[in-house]
Amino acid sequence: MTVVEQVTRRARTRRVTPTAPSARQRWTRRLPLLPALIYMIVITQIPFIVTLWYSLENWNLTSNAKARFTGLSNYASVFTDANYRNSLVVSVIMTAVAVIVSMVLAVALALLLNQKVLGRGLARTLLITPFLIMPVASALLWKTTMLDPTYGLVNWLLSPFGVHHVAWLSSHPLGSIIVVLIWRWTPFMTLIVLAGLQGQPLDVLEAARVDGAGALVIFRRMIFPHLRPYIELGTLLGSIYIVNTFDEVYSMTQGGPGTSTTNMPYYLYEQAFQAYNIGGAAALGVITVIIVMIIATFALRLIASVFRFEEAVG
Amino acid sequence: MTAAVSRPRPRGASRKARKWSASLAWFVLVWVAAIAFFLPVLWMVLTAFKPETAAYSYPPKWTFSPTLSEFRSVFSRGIGPFLENSLFATLVSTLLVLLLALPAAYALSIRPVTKWRDSLFFFISTKMLPIVAAIVPIYIVARDVHLLDNVYALVLLYAAMNLPIAVWMLRSFMLEVPGEVLEAARIDGASLFREITRVIMPIIMPGIAASALICIIFAWNEFFFAVNLTSTVAATMPVFLVGFITSEGLFWAQLSAAATVASVPIIIIGWIAQKQLVRGLSMGALK
Amino acid sequence: MAMRASRRWRAASVLALAALGAAACGGGAGGGGGGSSSSKTVTVAVVANPDITQMEQLISNFEKANPGIKVKFDTLPENQERSEIQKDISTNGGLYDVVMISNYETPIWAKNGWLDNLSSKFISSDSSYDASDLLPPIASSLSSGGSLYSVPFYGESSMLYYRTSMLKAAGITMPEHPTWAQVAAAAAKLNKPGKVAGICLRGENGWGENLATLDTVINTYGGSWFNTSWQPQLTSPATEAAVNFYVNLVRKDGEPGASNDGFTELLTLYEQNKCAMWYDSTVAAGSISAVPSVFSDTSYAFAPTDKTPSSGWLYTWSLGIPKDSSNQANAWKFVSWATSKPYLSLVGQKLGWAQVPPGSRTSTYQNPNYAKAASAFASITEQSINSVNQAKATVPKVPYVGIQFVDIPQFENLGTEVSNQIAGAIAGSESVSQALSASQQDAVPVGQQQK
Repeated sequence: MTVVEQVTRRARTRRVTPTAPSARQRWTRRLPLLPALIYMIVITQIPFIVTLWYSLENWNLTSNAKARFTGLSNYASVFTDANYRNSLVVSVIMTAVAVIVSMVLAVALALLLNQKVLGRGLARTLLITPFLIMPVASALLWKTTMLDPTYGLVNWLLSPFGVHHVAWLSSHPLGSIIVVLIWRWTPFMTLIVLAGLQGQPLDVLEAARVDGAGALVIFRRMIFPHLRPYIELGTLLGSIYIVNTFDEVYSMTQGGPGTSTTNMPYYLYEQAFQAYNIGGAAALGVITVIIVMIIATFALRLIASVFRFEEAVG
Repeated sequence: MTAAVSRPRPRGASRKARKWSASLAWFVLVWVAAIAFFLPVLWMVLTAFKPETAAYSYPPKWTFSPTLSEFRSVFSRGIGPFLENSLFATLVSTLLVLLLALPAAYALSIRPVTKWRDSLFFFISTKMLPIVAAIVPIYIVARDVHLLDNVYALVLLYAAMNLPIAVWMLRSFMLEVPGEVLEAARIDGASLFREITRVIMPIIMPGIAASALICIIFAWNEFFFAVNLTSTVAATMPVFLVGFITSEGLFWAQLSAAATVASVPIIIIGWIAQKQLVRGLSMGALK
Repeated sequence: MAMRASRRWRAASVLALAALGAAACGGGAGGGGGGSSSSKTVTVAVVANPDITQMEQLISNFEKANPGIKVKFDTLPENQERSEIQKDISTNGGLYDVVMISNYETPIWAKNGWLDNLSSKFISSDSSYDASDLLPPIASSLSSGGSLYSVPFYGESSMLYYRTSMLKAAGITMPEHPTWAQVAAAAAKLNKPGKVAGICLRGENGWGENLATLDTVINTYGGSWFNTSWQPQLTSPATEAAVNFYVNLVRKDGEPGASNDGFTELLTLYEQNKCAMWYDSTVAAGSISAVPSVFSDTSYAFAPTDKTPSSGWLYTWSLGIPKDSSNQANAWKFVSWATSKPYLSLVGQKLGWAQVPPGSRTSTYQNPNYAKAASAFASITEQSINSVNQAKATVPKVPYVGIQFVDIPQFENLGTEVSNQIAGAIAGSESVSQALSASQQDAVPVGQQQK
């Protein structure tokens, strides 16, 4: 068996496995979980139940009319709401492109940072900074100092390449927002992938290279499988956060021009805080939860290794 | 001995050259990437020191006479209470998260409950409801429990916001604690509390630091809850920042100064702790 | 291992101590909460703009004259401030004692019973306030049933700014009451692509941004939002002609990237010599006066017209007191101070007479100091405001009041949707007719709700 083959077999950690737990033992196991569980149930489920209740009511904040129970009519109007469908499409495009490009960049950058390069500590420090800047602030700064058609830095940097005074947020609004998202989230994903890389013992890789394996083979058969859980973790976490992107849309384009950058959270915001249609916004929220849960259940089945289902025994 | 003689000179030289050009390529790529990602941040800090008229110029000015007047106007707007509120909400909510997440992670990894998959899924599912849909219900609940414009509302909400991620991360770190160590502690008769604090925590401390850092970053930068649930008493730094931007006149330098001030604490923490963060995230290497 | 462990414990205990320390001082700051718990604090929700910043600087003057009362400002961007106030008032959150609203919200909220009737509750017993001094169109726009429900902090209409030297060099004379045709012709001559825009016009989405200027064009071209049966008129020939004119003008002779430019961005461009002409709010004059080289080269003309005698808009930021505030007497003390004649003189003396909040009181325009400092634009501002009539801004008869808005609660949402479409047309991502038919569709259910 070559070194490559040896390493690609999954390592297993030995667990402390007692015999089947008694009832009392089951309760002692549950006890440490209870504070966190109860806390989350109280803080998140109470608002969720109130949201569910409001979704069944006709309540608009602009008038004095009290909230009226109206059954499922809010849900019915969601299905005829073309703007909601559009916001879902925008969300999917925004999330998919941002997550995929970020992850590809992250893997490339992590591989680079893992090499013995002069000053790589400093380079890594610089690379993670976008993730540390306040999002509302950085989005506003991108809109003004970077992407402004007349005074922006991006146009100046691209002028040697024949780009002149492009109005980025007018002509390429969704693309601009996606670029800002990639700029902000790639460092986060790079750290996760880099952690995975640095957790891989180098002696095994060295042995494989001495054996005569080429760089591409080493990457495909040894590094990438080891990285897979980290890549999947980064993709999952990144998706959860990016699908809820609000700050960038709010600061940079307010959902426009037209509805080209109105993603799902921003559309909900418009329903709740411009139309003041609380019942409608609540119904949209509940439907979004259902959609996300369905997608998440499928996704989690596919990437079971993220939960390391096999490895937690007992 | 024979190996040294049998290797002809030219091959050795070209291998060295290949290695050298590869290192150069890595160096260039790494630094181009680092500068590309850091450039907007650098621009923000530079612009913070410019007078407004220099901030609005084309071609963009790289040299100018720096001034502290924008920073002065940031601090003259009473930034104190906002900083305090942000510090309080961030630190206390992170502490609360760790207090709740450590035992929970234990109960999902080392001595797992029978329904641990469902528990994990429940924690993640709480992040699936877009908070925009629930903000008015949350507002009304907060009003009824007299927590409107109160920093404790933010503490509670930020803890709920970060708890799932913390539980998840801490759980995967705890899975890496070697079975022998736990076995030894149990044979010694350690109670649950001692097992967590004396045995597990020291081993996964980089992981705890990494989780705490993630919680701090998200709590400090959180905008939506802060702007909706606070007014004058409990407002945090993100709220200060958006209120700072005037709707008339030049403001880019002021905005850059305010953004720099607002981001400095997290930048410092992030830069110092990044080693911990990478180490924490790579806890899977402890074999 | 032991060394490292103890170092880690030290780090952890430092962190814990820091948190406790923050808790100790933060507890004081955050523990209070819940709005004006102390009856001596007046909480004011305001929008960030220079006039408000000035008031915040001068607030010590008020607090000295009213010992024991503290004023706290909650400053937010315009859209956020509006929704925060709306949410708070309609759910009885009780966070605010004074709210900064406008002539859009005031009549609607007055009818909802959300605001104090200032005339009967406070002004009638306060002889020094002199409500009759308020500019008549402004005062009536803030009234319902003859009583004031908020009082103006400053008021504005719209007018045309132009660079005297640039027009002279191009051989153009601008009449005092120009028509849009004349302005468009001038813009075509003055436009230098890449250097100076012939005319700078708002394109940014937002019902208070591009719709403000566009609505005045629609009105003066004979268009309207709804007819008397509440059927939307956004695809009527007159409205479509007006929108086509506006969008084509800004795409041809306007500033690049116009769909991202609102008042703030255009003020910057104008001050940086990138606009030969600029049609926008009268309050810009005060801001331009801070740049002497541009200010001395600026001339003014009334809002351009087509089929109507005048076409400026009417807008005022005003202060109102929510009915469920627990601190109304002190709130009125602050409101009356901030909108009174003495306050305007205070600003003039302390910060310069050209900085006085404009467009609220007649006495401002009769003040010789103000007339001298603002001589270039004072008269045209006052005349612009006095020449508009919210109830008679359109050519056909309409069932609503409002020049650059429609006085229905759904307008915030409808206006935003329509302005988004217009911004798309200005950006070139859709045609004007596409934008207008989408807007018309959005407006149909709104019209039905009014019947």
